[in-house]
Amino acid sequence: MTTEKEGKPGERSFEEAVARLDEIVQRLETGNVSLDESLSLFEEGIGLAKYCSARLDAAEGRLEILTGFENGEPKLADFEPEEAE
Amino acid sequence: MSPKTITVSQLTYALKRLIEDNFLLEGVWVRGEISNFTAHSSGHLYFTLKDAGACIRCVMFKSQARGLKFKPADGHEVLISGRIGVYEKSGQYQLYVEEMTPSGLGSLYQAFLQLKEKLEREGLFDPERKRKLPFLPQKIGVITSPTGAAVRDIIKILRRRRPNVDILIFPAQVQGEEAPDSLIKALEEAARFQNLDLIIIGRGGGSLEELWAFNDERLARAIADFPKPVISAVGHETDFTIADFVADLRAPTPSGAAELAVPDQQDLSRQIRQYKTRLFQTVNGKLQHERRILQRITQSRALSFPKQLLLNTRRQEVDLLNERLVRQVKQILTLKRERFLKVLGQLDTLSPLATLQRGYSIVQKEDGVFVKDAAQVEPGELLKITLASGKINCEVLSKES
Repeated sequence: MTTEKEGKPGERSFEEAVARLDEIVQRLETGNVSLDESLSLFEEGIGLAKYCSARLDAAEGRLEILTGFENGEPKLADFEPEEAE
Repeated sequence: MSPKTITVSQLTYALKRLIEDNFLLEGVWVRGEISNFTAHSSGHLYFTLKDAGACIRCVMFKSQARGLKFKPADGHEVLISGRIGVYEKSGQYQLYVEEMTPSGLGSLYQAFLQLKEKLEREGLFDPERKRKLPFLPQKIGVITSPTGAAVRDIIKILRRRRPNVDILIFPAQVQGEEAPDSLIKALEEAARFQNLDLIIIGRGGGSLEELWAFNDERLARAIADFPKPVISAVGHETDFTIADFVADLRAPTPSGAAELAVPDQQDLSRQIRQYKTRLFQTVNGKLQHERRILQRITQSRALSFPKQLLLNTRRQEVDLLNERLVRQVKQILTLKRERFLKVLGQLDTLSPLATLQRGYSIVQKEDGVFVKDAAQVEPGELLKITLASGKINCEVLSKES
């Protein structure tokens, strides 16, 4: 239920995570990074990859339809699209 | 006297001048129904425009046909502006079409163009106004009819590309007089859902009249004011509505909107896996590289434990030298001994000892001087006689010369 920008505090958006991951991999691939730095970059990269995978592997999303409002509160119902004839 | 004659060409040319000079059709639209419509592969359109009492051949060249906002077909009522010309080769006069609009919507179409110009002037279509779509939306609102192909297509594509996206349908009428109000109401409702990342508003294909709600000015403003990015998806690829111009992104079809709304999850997963692989590869490579360097260092002992090793090395060098020295000295000694023995052998043959063996003896005075002449000694003098074996001390009794 969290949106792109409302992830856990301190966490990046998916897009930012991918961008940083890309930066890290490219940095490592240029080769002129010290061993210490490459290990900490690696650690950060694996963390980001894990986070991204988790964002992708979440359970199937909900499919609902707005049926109206009651006392200002939206009423939702599961939506089942009719089959194509 | 023969009658005056003219050629067919001359006659046709005269008629052509007569017609083309007198029927300019400036500021006049011809209304009629299309029949015998042919879209030639060259891009030119040929058809007959007719009404109950007459017909006229029409041609619309590719350069003008390209600007058409609809697809003409047999039976369409249209308004045409253009010029009358004579095609000499077939002797036919025809209407060369400059512009053509559906006649039933002629006034509506003018209204559409006017509204489009007005909103454009206001800056509602400005590229700077367009909001960027979120890269990975979690919740998508869909404003459309809950029945029909459009909502089905949108859900199908969204689910296929990104199964875990939440979809919330805001049902609305998408055609008819009440459609604009219904669509605006749905937008207002959707605006209350703060966690929506974007919305898709649209409907499937239909006639121009059926799509007309999406040309409503108030709807256009509601879309422009919507707090989240809006993708419009009205009709088919060739249908353009005001909603399309004001939306942050125009999709050619409802399915297209779903494609634009979310990235393909499998693509993303693959991408992340590739990043992971690259991470491991580079770091493994790095580690191996460092390990090799380390190995080189540990193998080069002087760098690893400098002082002690240096000392050990020196010690070893000294030991080695020592050994070599001893060996060489031994060798030298051996050589010397061999030579000595050899010389000794040679000496042996020259040695007086050998002569002594043969019975001779050596006589020496007390001071060691060898006695070779009797004159060297006096009677009573003590002499030493060396024999092959042993010595004799004796006294001179007398001497003979």
